[in-house]
Amino acid sequence: MTQNVSITLQNTDEGRGIIAAIMADNPDAVANRYPAMTKIDCPGRLVMNRETISTELGRDYDLQELNLTLVCLSGNVDEDDDRLLIAWNA
Amino acid sequence: MTTTTTQSPRAKKLGIKERYSYLTRGLDWEPSYQPREKIFPYTDYEGIRIHDWDKFEDPFRLTMDAYWKFQAEKERRLYAVIDSFAQNNGQMNVTDARYINALKIFLTAVSPLEYAAHRSYAHVGRHFDGVGPRIACQMQAIDELRHAQTQIHTISHFNKFFDGLHDPWHMFSRVWYLSVPKSFFEDAMSAGPFEFLTAISFSFEYVLTSLLFVPFMSGAAYNGDMATVTFGFSAQSDESRHMTLGLEIIKFMLEQDEGNVPIVQKWIDKWFWRGYRLLSIVAMMMDYMLPKKIMSWKEAWEIYFEQGGGALFTDLARYGIRLPKYHEIASAEKDHYSHQAWSTFYQYTHAAAFHTWLPDAGEEAWMREKYPESYDRLYAPRYAHWGAEADEGKRFYNNGLPQLCQVCQVPAFFTEANDPTRISLRTCEHEGEHYHFCSDGCRDIFLDEPEKYVQAWLPVHQIYQGNCGGATVPEVLDWYHLNGGADNLDYKGSPDEALWQSWQASKAGTGT
Repeated sequence: MTQNVSITLQNTDEGRGIIAAIMADNPDAVANRYPAMTKIDCPGRLVMNRETISTELGRDYDLQELNLTLVCLSGNVDEDDDRLLIAWNA
Repeated sequence: MTTTTTQSPRAKKLGIKERYSYLTRGLDWEPSYQPREKIFPYTDYEGIRIHDWDKFEDPFRLTMDAYWKFQAEKERRLYAVIDSFAQNNGQMNVTDARYINALKIFLTAVSPLEYAAHRSYAHVGRHFDGVGPRIACQMQAIDELRHAQTQIHTISHFNKFFDGLHDPWHMFSRVWYLSVPKSFFEDAMSAGPFEFLTAISFSFEYVLTSLLFVPFMSGAAYNGDMATVTFGFSAQSDESRHMTLGLEIIKFMLEQDEGNVPIVQKWIDKWFWRGYRLLSIVAMMMDYMLPKKIMSWKEAWEIYFEQGGGALFTDLARYGIRLPKYHEIASAEKDHYSHQAWSTFYQYTHAAAFHTWLPDAGEEAWMREKYPESYDRLYAPRYAHWGAEADEGKRFYNNGLPQLCQVCQVPAFFTEANDPTRISLRTCEHEGEHYHFCSDGCRDIFLDEPEKYVQAWLPVHQIYQGNCGGATVPEVLDWYHLNGGADNLDYKGSPDEALWQSWQASKAGTGT
């Protein structure tokens, strides 16, 4: 059985754009909405692409800005300039 | 220097991998006039073997310039909201003043831990041999100080209106239930640096604090408390980095030497149980103290531990790590945990710096829906009985002092996992003295290091030994700096309630 990775983001203006980008890039992702935050679960791995987020926000986005919107995550992280990957290895 | 060419418009700048690598590799030096073990005296004695410190890497690859930039932005956003909350009298717009009591617990129990975490990470940040963990710990030390500061600002605001928040640092070292978080953290701080990171970064931050911060902060938002949501989420954004440090340090220890595996597993077992017991108070905050509720403790446990933790431990299985010992007991207790904690505080509210109450009809309907196995059978009849007594003017206060667990310091009110009508109590003899525990989990922890836990400062024992201001409740409350008749007792009839009702009346135009 593939275990879910997850990421939780604030429901802010930027957060909404990032969530839309994640949902577009990860067809298996499921967004769970809570007051003030959204928890996205995805089997095995989830990718966030700088380019998709930039398109959604209408400006050049630096992935490290995620620092301002992130609430919680579950999974092994690997970040470079263009994408942030959350994955289980098993 | 070689520069990689890509399509990215940022190609001229160094990538984050390179920037992180320049920060953490090659800037350190080999000591020449002092032996290494004198400079880093704490990283050997726990038995953890590290062969190559450079194998540790922060997966966010955060460098100092980026750290300051984003932390400064977080602060600007946070204080704009805190100012605006104060300026616009945000305290008047929470759902109900009962909610403030959950906040009182958070701010008196957790905020001093943030400061303790600041001290601890500064200490271990100094003492790790490797640059990667050292920098991650230093960043976290600054984060934790920031969290303590932002929460003190929130205390300062709510203290202008509500009771029980006037002297949190004094109370933290004296009040009986605050000894639970205090002793938890001091247990971790007084361990070696690797155990400390396993305790706080991994077991607490990675495995358990999502249960504390995430649903509770979402709950604060749902209950109109913008100040708390904002400091909570601002802290939580740092927390994601802390969680990642927790997971990375565990994987680092496990990958460095096979001999580390049993040591790490023992710490995971211990700190899972320590953290889980600490969260009993969070369970009751979620189920009983949020007027508008997000999810039950049971649901949060299922989402964050059974599913989230399950995925994590499946991933760690390749290192030979299994789920923490007694996780099945914790799951068996999920139908009872919050109810037993709330029942205990209801009986002892006369000695607490926050108010309690019995659930109203709407809340009872929610409890029935969320706890079909246990609520009607075990807890509703108890509340009905207490409610009837209160109606007759005989509100039940328990005037006996409870037996505390020698390890978690929680009163021994938990029940047996397979029989919720029987109190779980364990004992042992050590050097002629008799010790009491709430569970096998806490007893195991004691037996592994009795010389540590015999020193525990147990509030009930201290009262009986005459070290807490006197032998009567008013004397002890004075010693706590607790204002009897204002901070404590039922919400109904409290100055908090009177203030809240005057606000509601003035909003409705019927006030004076």
